[in-house]
Amino acid sequence: MSGVLVILEDRGGRISRLSWEAAAAARILGAQRGVTAAVVGAQTEALAAEACGQGFARVVRVEHALLAPYTADGFALALEQLIRAESPDYVVFPHSYQVRDYAPALACRFGQVLISDVVAIGEGPVFTRQLMQGRFNASYRHTASGPCFVSVQAGAFRAEPADLPAAAPESFAPALDAAQIRTRPGEPFRSSAQTVDLAAAQRIVSIGRGIREAANIPLVEELARALDAELAASRPICDSGWLPIERQVGSSGHTVSPRLYVAVGISGAIQHLVGMKGSQCIVAINKDPDAPIFEVADYGIAGDLFEVVPALIAAVKAGKA
Amino acid sequence: MKIIVAIKQVPERDAPVRIDPAGTWIEESSLQFALNESDAYALEEALQLKEKHGGEVAVVSAGPERVGSTIREALAKGADRAVHILCDDLHSRDALGVARLLAAAIKPEQPDLVLSGLQSEDLGLGQTGVIVAELLGLPHATLILNVEKTETGVKVKRELEEGWFQSVELPLPAALSIQSGGNKLRYATLMGIKRAKTKEVRILTAAELGADSAPVVRMERIALPTKQKSTQMLDGSPKEAAAALLEKLKFEARVL
Ligand SMILES: Cc1cc2nc3c(=O)[nH]c(=O)nc-3n(C[C@H](O)[C@H](O)[C@H](O)COP(=O)(O)OP(=O)(O)OC[C@H]3O[C@@H](n4cnc5c(N)ncnc54)[C@H](O)[C@@H]3O)c2cc1C
Repeated sequence: MSGVLVILEDRGGRISRLSWEAAAAARILGAQRGVTAAVVGAQTEALAAEACGQGFARVVRVEHALLAPYTADGFALALEQLIRAESPDYVVFPHSYQVRDYAPALACRFGQVLISDVVAIGEGPVFTRQLMQGRFNASYRHTASGPCFVSVQAGAFRAEPADLPAAAPESFAPALDAAQIRTRPGEPFRSSAQTVDLAAAQRIVSIGRGIREAANIPLVEELARALDAELAASRPICDSGWLPIERQVGSSGHTVSPRLYVAVGISGAIQHLVGMKGSQCIVAINKDPDAPIFEVADYGIAGDLFEVVPALIAAVKAGKA
Repeated sequence: MKIIVAIKQVPERDAPVRIDPAGTWIEESSLQFALNESDAYALEEALQLKEKHGGEVAVVSAGPERVGSTIREALAKGADRAVHILCDDLHSRDALGVARLLAAAIKPEQPDLVLSGLQSEDLGLGQTGVIVAELLGLPHATLILNVEKTETGVKVKRELEEGWFQSVELPLPAALSIQSGGNKLRYATLMGIKRAKTKEVRILTAAELGADSAPVVRMERIALPTKQKSTQMLDGSPKEAAAALLEKLKFEARVL
């Protein structure tokens, strides 16, 4: 071939949302040559059917009994064979946990490096990805020959169904042997009981590492109470055990979309943003005026939270009195 | 168990990082550096495994001379010895280039486990550990919060998205990329800091490792992100800003 291959990911029996965003990025790279989509698993019929009406030049079912459940070994082996057979110019992935688990090894087998977590694609092509937890953008170029591997960050490309006729899916049967799969994955589980429902909260006040120590949390708790809001946090706060993990917002925690989200001392790393940027109104309080959280905020106060939060509590209380 | 932990030194959190005049890297001269967060958790996991099962923990780190201070910190926390791969051009190597250096240094050690942090706080490539595993021919797992030794290998707790987890069993030797938060990090004790001074730090160069290769991916320029959303910044004293914010929330956004 030569062209663009996009790997669509299974999420509970459907193609994940992020996969459609990867497909949009693939279309930027493959405007003339068309995009081939691959679905991977032990049973791919339903996924292939879902992909078929979406304007891909071809849809390939990479199917083998050993491809469920997911293992890095199985996926890397199967896709290595597909890529050798197809020789695409670009292979595009959604930047999911699964992809970060196997795609770097897959690229390595071709002497290539995955350009990971891409947020934009410009002429060249030049790939933009974030550095320093979102504080900077860096542009990258693929300088070698051979396939270029790219993964796409959540929310960066708009998933749009393209206007092309549906093609019947093709099958690709990789040669896999059970002995090649070295890891034994178990069933997914959730750890803790849920006592708060952040997803249903109308207002959320969320704490980040700017709070410095657990002893300072009651200050922000008081603001949450005054605003009649639920308390939430960024990951490091839950990692430290200062708040239970059920209050964590972000890619490894909850996705929330309250009417009001107040981020206090949170820098705005992408893994946090994906969990809250759907909020209707976002307020950020951060002492660093260049913190990436201000990028998604409607209202911002650049200041020390230990001065701003008490002032806010006083103002809310005065308003109620 | 013989465990190797790959660690990276990165700019300290909250450090005022600026882009260098050439726009190709950050201004390093005025920065403080520290151990990358998820690497600290990888080291902690290794030290706890050693405490339970015996064996040895060695750290390996690639980077310029300043990396020595982070290596000493790891030794002070309890690592037994270290390998420092001296190179001044870390950020201009791609992930494969760095992984080749690490793999070349790790291979002769024949460890049972290779641990690394999941992702660095500066470049954030999140792939080095996986590529090292591939280069060494080891089974791997990523986003690991906890490691338990079993009869035949290890059983690990792997994080999935949105608050889900999964356990995965791997034979040894294996490589694991460790996610932050699985353990409580220890501090170096005074005694540990003293002892670190006498521990072995082997210095190797990229040339000695024979692991140099042309990059396949090149970072060309760094820039500030262009703002896409117009954020209303509320200025003045904390009191004024607070009052202005409440006005906005009530009458403009109407969320109060
Ligand atoms: C695979 C993966 C999954 C992840 N999942 C999640 C997730 O689900 N949720 C999540 O949140 N993170 C997640 N992370 C971590 C994420 O990358 C960031 O490290 C984390 O969000 C940073 O949290 P923070 O903003 O609280 O801390 P920091 O980044 O340390 O930011 C602290 C902020 O506080 C500000 N500050 C400091 N002092 C003050 C003060 N006195 N007044 C005002 N402001 C102050 C600073 O300017 C800074 O901006 C994940 C990371 C990975 C790799």
